[in-house]
Amino acid sequence: MNSIFNSGHTACAGCGQSLAARLVLEAAGPSTIIVNNTGCLEVFSTAYPQTAWGVSFVHSLFENCAAVASGVEGALKYLGTKDKINVIAQGGDGGTADIGLQALSGMLERGHDILYVCYDNEAYMNTGVQRSGLTPFETNTTTSPIGSCSIGNLRPKKPMPEIAMAHGIPYVATASAGFVQDLQRKVKKALAIKGPKYIQVHVPCPLGWRHESNKTIDVGKLAVETGLYPLIEYENGQLTGHKTITPKPVEEYLKVQGRFKHLMNNPEAIKAIQAVADNNIKKYGLKVEAQSAA
Amino acid sequence: MKEFIEGSRAVAEVVKLCKPGVISAYPITPQTHIVEELAQMVANGELKSEFINVESEHSAASAVLGASAAGVRAYTATSSQGLLLMAEVVFNIAGMRLPLVMTCANRAISAPINIWNDQQDSVSLRDTGWIQLFAEDVQEAADLHLIAYKIAEDKSMMVPVMVCMDGFILTHGIENVDIPTQEQADKFLPAYKPLYKLDVANPITMGPLAGPDYYTEARYALHKTLEDAIHLIPKVTADFAKVFGRTYNGLVEGYHIKDAERVIVAMGSVCGTIKDVIDELRAKGKKIGLLKITSYRPFPAQAIYDALKDVPKIAVIDRALSLGSYAPLASEIKAVFFGKKKKPDVISSFIVGLGGRDITKDSIKEVVRLLTAKEVTGEFIDLKPELLKENYS
Repeated sequence: MNSIFNSGHTACAGCGQSLAARLVLEAAGPSTIIVNNTGCLEVFSTAYPQTAWGVSFVHSLFENCAAVASGVEGALKYLGTKDKINVIAQGGDGGTADIGLQALSGMLERGHDILYVCYDNEAYMNTGVQRSGLTPFETNTTTSPIGSCSIGNLRPKKPMPEIAMAHGIPYVATASAGFVQDLQRKVKKALAIKGPKYIQVHVPCPLGWRHESNKTIDVGKLAVETGLYPLIEYENGQLTGHKTITPKPVEEYLKVQGRFKHLMNNPEAIKAIQAVADNNIKKYGLKVEAQSAA
Repeated sequence: MKEFIEGSRAVAEVVKLCKPGVISAYPITPQTHIVEELAQMVANGELKSEFINVESEHSAASAVLGASAAGVRAYTATSSQGLLLMAEVVFNIAGMRLPLVMTCANRAISAPINIWNDQQDSVSLRDTGWIQLFAEDVQEAADLHLIAYKIAEDKSMMVPVMVCMDGFILTHGIENVDIPTQEQADKFLPAYKPLYKLDVANPITMGPLAGPDYYTEARYALHKTLEDAIHLIPKVTADFAKVFGRTYNGLVEGYHIKDAERVIVAMGSVCGTIKDVIDELRAKGKKIGLLKITSYRPFPAQAIYDALKDVPKIAVIDRALSLGSYAPLASEIKAVFFGKKKKPDVISSFIVGLGGRDITKDSIKEVVRLLTAKEVTGEFIDLKPELLKENYS
């Protein structure tokens, strides 16, 4: 093996998570230990006797990477090597925002020197596209299916960055597989800060979102450019960074994905999603014009 | 040096001697005194260890898993619901071959909620791949922690060990205990050198996915290692005796079984009460004995066979249930003799002391009284029939 995250693994073509995971690790560098929840990433990268990982990697269970990483960090502190080694705990959106939220909260509250990375592909993709707490409003998934009484997922995304920030941790950011340099800059910045850090990376999933596998980057960019996935940074509780956009209508993002196909003849439903984007744009001051006027 | 101290403190003192680099725990009665003592030792600077206060037992087990994967000796303790909450991690630790040691302060399982002692918690997790050693008294509970690390970290093992001690009876019982010196402990249990660890210089992948082509062999290997532990455990206890002067078999221990016509089989602190009853009955000329099971996993079938094959009548005491089936220990004792030529005429099974109901000498005498030519199965001792009457008018 010559790379710290090697090709030849079994991710789907166009997988946003495999791209983001490589970018995160390359930004972190070889002096890193990865602690991974169960999920697509772990499954496609560690099918014994092969591994894609050129750094030390440990997977235990679905929901406990934050707690396992706490133990790894404790051990490194005991051994006196923590300052030289990055500990990254990482999982998907279900493993982070749903079943793993308690362990994550504990890790953040206790102040461990760990970077937590949530790869947010907005559903349980490894088990077949079931709805998670980070599935967006009105998304068609296998457990929030459309039907005569349903237009998909009933609830907006759980505000994980705010939940992480409420723990009083020094650094929280969102990033996207569509904005590579931004993602890597945030990983480097986070790792330079001592204490718990949380980065949530939006990672398009061609299989679950039903978009063309060569459009992963474009779809990722559109989520940001419509205001549906604001790229923000909080340092010590203060909003210190946000990517400004010239907002595109959400329809441009929705229409390229099968998971939103049912909304295309439903202007009211699209309006509701546009309201989510508009709220983000207002809340974080994402609009370019708003910036120059200020 | 002998000290008159509480069981939990004795365990904490011995765990301290084992020098765990990471301790992680979540409070649950009756385990709390152990981890409180350890937290105080860390706070006082007497023990150099990272003490991680987690938000659940699931995370306590996960944190020590991570610490062990990173190459450090680690420790946790729990009870009852806590053990059940960490159950999936408990399986995972054994499957990952991490040599952790955990104390289980044995307590009943809800519902109804009950904080008192029986052994349903540990017994319910017998199939996790952990070695389970049951202590009879405080001294043994304390000593078993040194023995546990020595077994777990043996390069032929790399399996975790659960030291099971009866909640309250042993955790809160005060006994005269010989706490070893650090020098003795270091001689017996050298600093931990992991076979594998999460290392930046030599990267490894731990906890990979194993499909149908590999899973069976991973489980087979763990199973075989547990079986091999039957041979290692007595060697480790023999080494222990050389350093500390206290002799344990580690698998099973007989008390007056050579000439016994009736033998009671049991695990844990009830063995002390049984010994007292045996002394009384022996004084009256009754040939009664005890076979104490220390190692429930691995199950020492051969040692049990050798000890009991010539005994006419056996009474097995269970402090846990397999609801809707035979009592857990009794069914395994019976399995030992299935198809054998030499075997007891009677193997009767008794359920005693659930949810902290006292097991008195009279309870044991009742077991002895019922151990006749007529075999009984799952007979509850000290049951209150008046509480089972209900009117559906």
